[in-house]
Amino acid sequence: MCSARKFYYECVFKYVREFGGTLPRGSLHFHAFQNESYRVKTAYLHAVLGPGNVDYGFVLQQIVFGLTLGCLYGLLAIGYTMVYGVLRLINFAHGDLLMASAYIAFFGIIIFQIPWPLAFLLSVALTAAIGILIDRGAYKPIRNSPRISALITAIGISFLLENLGLVAIGGRPKTFPTPSLFEGSQTIAGVQIPNLSIWVFLVTCVLLAGVMLIVRRTKVGMAMRALSRDMETVRLMGIDIDRVISFTFALGSGLAAAGGILWCMKYPAVEPFMGVIPGLKAFVAAVIGGIGSVSGAALGGLILGLGEIVIVAVWPDWSGYRDATAFSMLIIILLTRPTGIMGEDLPN
Amino acid sequence: MLGKSTFCGEALFCTKVLPGHFRNAFCITSESEERAYVAAVRGMSDTLQRNDTRITPGRDRMLTCVSLATFLCFLWYADSYFGDYSIRILNNIAIFTMLAVSYNLINGVTGQFSLGPNAFLAIGAYTSSLLTLSPEEKLRTFIIEPLVWPISEISVSFPVSIVAAGVVAALLALLMAIPVFRVRGDYLAIVTLGFGEVIQVVANNVVSVTNGPLGLKGLPPYTNLWWSWGVCLLTILCVVRLVNSSYGRAMKAVREDETAAEAMAINAFRTKTLAFTFSAFVQGAAGGLLAHLITTISPSLFTFMLTFNLLIMIVIGGLGSTTGAVIGAVLVTWGGELLRAFEEPVTVFGYTYEGIPGMRMVIFSVLLVLVMLFARSGIMGRHEFSWQALINRCHLIGNFLRRHS
Repeated sequence: MCSARKFYYECVFKYVREFGGTLPRGSLHFHAFQNESYRVKTAYLHAVLGPGNVDYGFVLQQIVFGLTLGCLYGLLAIGYTMVYGVLRLINFAHGDLLMASAYIAFFGIIIFQIPWPLAFLLSVALTAAIGILIDRGAYKPIRNSPRISALITAIGISFLLENLGLVAIGGRPKTFPTPSLFEGSQTIAGVQIPNLSIWVFLVTCVLLAGVMLIVRRTKVGMAMRALSRDMETVRLMGIDIDRVISFTFALGSGLAAAGGILWCMKYPAVEPFMGVIPGLKAFVAAVIGGIGSVSGAALGGLILGLGEIVIVAVWPDWSGYRDATAFSMLIIILLTRPTGIMGEDLPN
Repeated sequence: MLGKSTFCGEALFCTKVLPGHFRNAFCITSESEERAYVAAVRGMSDTLQRNDTRITPGRDRMLTCVSLATFLCFLWYADSYFGDYSIRILNNIAIFTMLAVSYNLINGVTGQFSLGPNAFLAIGAYTSSLLTLSPEEKLRTFIIEPLVWPISEISVSFPVSIVAAGVVAALLALLMAIPVFRVRGDYLAIVTLGFGEVIQVVANNVVSVTNGPLGLKGLPPYTNLWWSWGVCLLTILCVVRLVNSSYGRAMKAVREDETAAEAMAINAFRTKTLAFTFSAFVQGAAGGLLAHLITTISPSLFTFMLTFNLLIMIVIGGLGSTTGAVIGAVLVTWGGELLRAFEEPVTVFGYTYEGIPGMRMVIFSVLLVLVMLFARSGIMGRHEFSWQALINRCHLIGNFLRRHS
């Protein structure tokens, strides 16, 4: 490898270490590096890292990134797992709620000039309202019909949200205005920790604790758990199941909104189809953790996020396959333990 | 919902089905038996219609032959006199009819919610294109990395490549069925959806086989009206025969209630795998036809949007009805062309309407949700086309007209 090119890649690699597990898609570096042949890539990586010469700082750094991503997946996965637990429905529109929350926050800050904490709260509240609206408008009328109808409706709603976004707002990605509080980073023992990662971790922990409290300690939570066992009996016990389901949707959508805003600050491109892949992966995370279990969803998210980042960090040549890792993990889980890590055996 | 399914096993044994179950423990051999036990299990006698075609087989066969001959004459006329655009639409209709009919087999008839036809389509398209491209053309196309050895030399005829496309897709479906059908229901949706994404990722990254994001260009345009409609009619024939066979009845039984079906000694896993593999075969073959129709393929062609279109077709036509799938495919493919008007600027009475790109998909998704909410059975419900029903309908209309004239 010629020295000029080697120097160039040294710069690129430094950039990678500082800003993320892989090169940001769409950046000049990404394309340049992707277009190199396999031989050049491996030669370069051996020159910088050396086989068997593991850089522990690098590994720790990747773990930080993996945890951040994992927390984001976890936040989304909790919403999936709650709705699935209660209704036995994969809410395909859940990922698109992430997109909706991102747009609400974006327009709140940019167009209506609302201060960001208020805009974020407004975004969470409005997204929760959208969640309730979707439940009341689309899922409630078909609650007693075959599950396949509900799934098709969910896909229809998901496409509707995406394409409405496309028609109303346009497909051009918009840059999310990240508040300065979430920028910058701390260096601890040679490992750079972005402030955003710390925030993501804190927010996830607080929200997870809150949800666990609601599910385990409150009356609504008890009704939710009962609903996931047997809807008919719960109805007979005099519980307004529609209200409980709406509450579940509101809670899940609110979490998706929180996840969506944090997601946008990490990957600041807001566009109508941004929720599709995170949504799918979050569902995979929910399955890995054991669908129906809130703590399982968070754990599944962490495993998925760490897995993705670490695999790419260890075998950089496979970075193109990053989106495929989640689904390989899903297949492995289905083969070995279909109920997930923390899931109970579901009644048929 | 949960209570019902566990209850079904007991319900089964309380009904008159029990003797039949012991008499014929290994498969359901007659339609009447299947009708009896499904009706008994779910109390849903309306799921299975009386098949009136048996009464007058000779007349029905003649009518079918005559209409088929008329259709072939129409195809000949279209082939000779229609413009390129109309022929392209007709070809699209044929390919999408194939896809919808096969997709309906797994989604509607077997009741397993697969979201992977785009993946099988992609596999079929790539397999068949790599097999028909000449070695010189391959050398010219693969500019980033050369094509791996055995594929770079192979060049086979079009029909062989279509069959190969189907076989490869079916093999992958078989591999996927093993983990997926071990658990029930929704996992299939997510795994097949994920599989569609993975196929795109693979097609973008395995440059030495797929030529990466550049895709394959300069495919010979083999697909014409005869090929597309020939394979399409063959597919419809096969699917109809399959659905009316004992395998088809097993599929419907699995759709209605898996627990009850297993209690009737139907191997649910094998039945589902059969339906899934068969539909993947057809989808792979359709991919081959599609590739040789549009002559350029790239990974971005086979997105989830394709699956979504197919889903609309079978839902509008009526989930579980092969006739419905055909009608849905024709309506949506044709309607999609008509709806292009919404995306292009039009001037009406001096007022210029700016076309909105993406409006078609909004209309389609609203349509899907509305059909699901208000007219869940679609156009055909679970009914199939029969000449007798058509004649009865004609009589009704005739009577109506006579009374009011």
